[in-house]
Amino acid sequence: MDMQTKNNLSRRNFIRMSGMTGVALTIGYYLPALGKDGPEFFTAESADNLGIELTSWVSIDKTGKVTILCHRSEMGQGSYQVVPQMVAEELEVNLDTVNIAFAPGDPKKFGSMLTGGSSTVRGAYKNLLRTGATAREMLIEAASKKWTVNKEECYAENAQVIHKPSGKKLGYGELVEDAAKLTPPANVVLKQRKDYKIVGKPLPRQDTPLKVNGKAEFGLDKKLKGMLYAVVERNPRFVGKVKSFDDTAAKAVPGVKYVIKVQRNVFATKAEGVAVVADNLWSAMQGRKALKVEWDDSGFDYHSSDQLYAKMKESLKGNVLNFKSKGDFERVFGESEKKIEAIYETPYESHSCMEPLNCVAHVHDNKCEIWGPIQAPDWVQRELVGMLGLKIEDITVNMTFLGGGFGRKAFLDYPHEAALISREINAPVQVVWTREDDMAAGPFRPGMVYQCRAALGKEPYIRAFETKMAGQDMGHQWPGANKLSYNDSTTEGFLEPYFESIEHFSFGDIPLDSPIPVMWWRSVYSSTNGFAYESFMDELAIAAGTDPLEFRRNHLGDDRYQKLIDIIIEKTGWNTRKKNEGWGVAITECFKSIVGEVVKVSKKPDGKIKIDKIFAVMDCGWYVNPDIIRAQVEGSIVMALGAATKHETHFADGKAVEKNFDTYKMPRINDIPEIEVHVVDNDEKPGGVGEPGLPPLAPALCNAIFDLTGKRIRKLPFNMDEV
Amino acid sequence: MASFTLQINGKSYTVDADPKMPLLWAIRDLVGLTGTKYGCGIAQCGACTVHFNGNPVRSCSIPVSTAVGQKITTIEGLSTDNSHPVQQAWIAEQVPQCGYCQSGQIMAAAALLKRNAHPNDQDIDLAMQGHICRCGTYPRIRKAIKTAAKLSTANAKN
Ligand code: FES
Ligand code: FES
Repeated sequence: MDMQTKNNLSRRNFIRMSGMTGVALTIGYYLPALGKDGPEFFTAESADNLGIELTSWVSIDKTGKVTILCHRSEMGQGSYQVVPQMVAEELEVNLDTVNIAFAPGDPKKFGSMLTGGSSTVRGAYKNLLRTGATAREMLIEAASKKWTVNKEECYAENAQVIHKPSGKKLGYGELVEDAAKLTPPANVVLKQRKDYKIVGKPLPRQDTPLKVNGKAEFGLDKKLKGMLYAVVERNPRFVGKVKSFDDTAAKAVPGVKYVIKVQRNVFATKAEGVAVVADNLWSAMQGRKALKVEWDDSGFDYHSSDQLYAKMKESLKGNVLNFKSKGDFERVFGESEKKIEAIYETPYESHSCMEPLNCVAHVHDNKCEIWGPIQAPDWVQRELVGMLGLKIEDITVNMTFLGGGFGRKAFLDYPHEAALISREINAPVQVVWTREDDMAAGPFRPGMVYQCRAALGKEPYIRAFETKMAGQDMGHQWPGANKLSYNDSTTEGFLEPYFESIEHFSFGDIPLDSPIPVMWWRSVYSSTNGFAYESFMDELAIAAGTDPLEFRRNHLGDDRYQKLIDIIIEKTGWNTRKKNEGWGVAITECFKSIVGEVVKVSKKPDGKIKIDKIFAVMDCGWYVNPDIIRAQVEGSIVMALGAATKHETHFADGKAVEKNFDTYKMPRINDIPEIEVHVVDNDEKPGGVGEPGLPPLAPALCNAIFDLTGKRIRKLPFNMDEV
Repeated sequence: MASFTLQINGKSYTVDADPKMPLLWAIRDLVGLTGTKYGCGIAQCGACTVHFNGNPVRSCSIPVSTAVGQKITTIEGLSTDNSHPVQQAWIAEQVPQCGYCQSGQIMAAAALLKRNAHPNDQDIDLAMQGHICRCGTYPRIRKAIKTAAKLSTANAKN
């Protein structure tokens, strides 16, 4: 590696990038080989000398300004806020003085940068807190040396070190130079939660001002000098090749410069398309309209949704790939007098981020630079290494704000395609997916069918519980995947203590083989499993003649869950339900957070059902910003409501049917009732925030409708006006 | 191709474009104001909302040729310093998540408040139901519009 490359993201470049001047103290951590616990802390200088690549960085310049390198995407979930909130707490600085810069993709420095699995806080919180604390301790040490006083007599507050006995003060800016020469302490004491001033507080987000005046730069807003625009006609049928294309008319459109064939990887499939490149986007779109492409998609089933679901239902008669079991379900179920069975169906869904997919790529001089709304910059780098035959250090992935992600923007097809087009035309290019392109291509959330069976004992307890899950396994799509492997997400969403309290259970899946690409969609399999499990739990409670919350409580021995139920009862007024109201509850677990939601419905004068209110109780353990948590739960509820009552992607003739918001109906402001979110205070480990609020909504709503009308909804989506 | 002069945020811009090019792309790609967003292109989502003489319109569905002579305001022209009551309220209620739909939401809300200083829930539903927010910020949008109404009244009194 030459020096230029090695210093690609060196402290100096970082300083330039983030507009700092006269930086004197930069510290960060380095994650040593696996097996060692915890990171080691270094100053930038010593790390440079040792040839060590630091992971997350905090820099303080001579004016006292603090800059933090954020290693996660900001797609609305608040990493841009919570990452600095954690560092600022331990560093003892006001959050307003903290600047944040997105880290370009570099797995060597940042470890996994995938923003997924609701992992930003739960994955890095200890290291981020320690980073702040380490810098603080070094600044205190620098001050005590300057004053030749005992370190223990000094403390830090508001970006100053203070000598308690004399009241002398020095600002961080005045100390950074000396502090940078010290060795970071091996151990630092983190603050007690009761002493927090920033963590745990509902502080306003730093990105909000940028998002009310159009200044926040999203991928689609990126413009480079000499940049061309491309749109791509892609195979509408997921599999197949370009047989031929006629670009005469397309090339006649003013502004159109190139028409080229292009590929992109969609799991194990090489998907093809024809790109129209022009000097403005509108011309590219017009050129594409004039383009004629003939596809060869022979050998591919032109299936419809009905066929897919029929196949899944039929498959439930067969054997499962066993994921998890205990005891002897078949025997106990067979002997039992009280058996309950139900089948639940959930739809395929599109991510439909408000910002359609797009990516800017510039491949030149054996280097590739990417800008875009990207959830996993380091994955993009690794993908492009193979595709372009470049070294990883020659690929830079720059992050912009993301206009939504929900899992889709962790997929790598759109940067891949953009890089290939740029290489081919030898110019910087922005590839824009129209809404129709974005919605029709997937990957989609997989549609699922669940068969649940259970036996109840004499007391209101579950004796035996079984779920067979039919549907596509995301893991089976990768090249060389073992299609006989079980789906290890089969029990996602199911509450952990049930595995203790239920003596006989069996969970397994029956994978559906289909070329429709499927992928993580906010809360992944929990988003559909939760509907089956928590609807079925309600059916069992009713069959047992027990209050649905108490029924669950009987099976949830653990204190944490008992407390959650207490809070649900207290906050929602569960025990004061009135006759003319329908109430439903559901509790699911996702990415280490437990969320209970209660929906209250009633009948309008015209007999139709309306939602009066939705309550959510979120237990995500230790947390950083309760207002962001509330916002994320509100947003998850709205998204879940859409998937439960509004939209679905159908397939017909082997193509996606819904391609824009005229047919893929989104929830609107007038569909949204009051939502009240409570965040549980406890000292459990931090869990996810961006996704776990989604799964309980659909079952809680359907359980409420059952409570009001006696009608059980087992298939999503359903029309609220037609219940 | 033809030449069109557009009045945007009090400034005059001359662009060369296909007369059928939607105003949205002229604003974003030719004028270079990227605060106005593309969400659907078919007048379904509201992300592209700008004002014509104070009234909200969908720039994705208006050809650039028909925008000539209109006083166009985009999100960048609402204020220079986030001081518009709707922007203030959006900050106070912490509305945006990803933020992508918010230019359109804010432009619609600003137009609503201009017509109706004290909108009730139904007025808000009517004015805002053409605007999709995939992040689900609707409860906060409702709150923020009410906050903005209060801020505007307070400003008017001062
Ligand atoms: S982009 Fe104009 S309404 Fe959606
Ligand atoms: S804030 Fe993300 S779409 Fe509205």
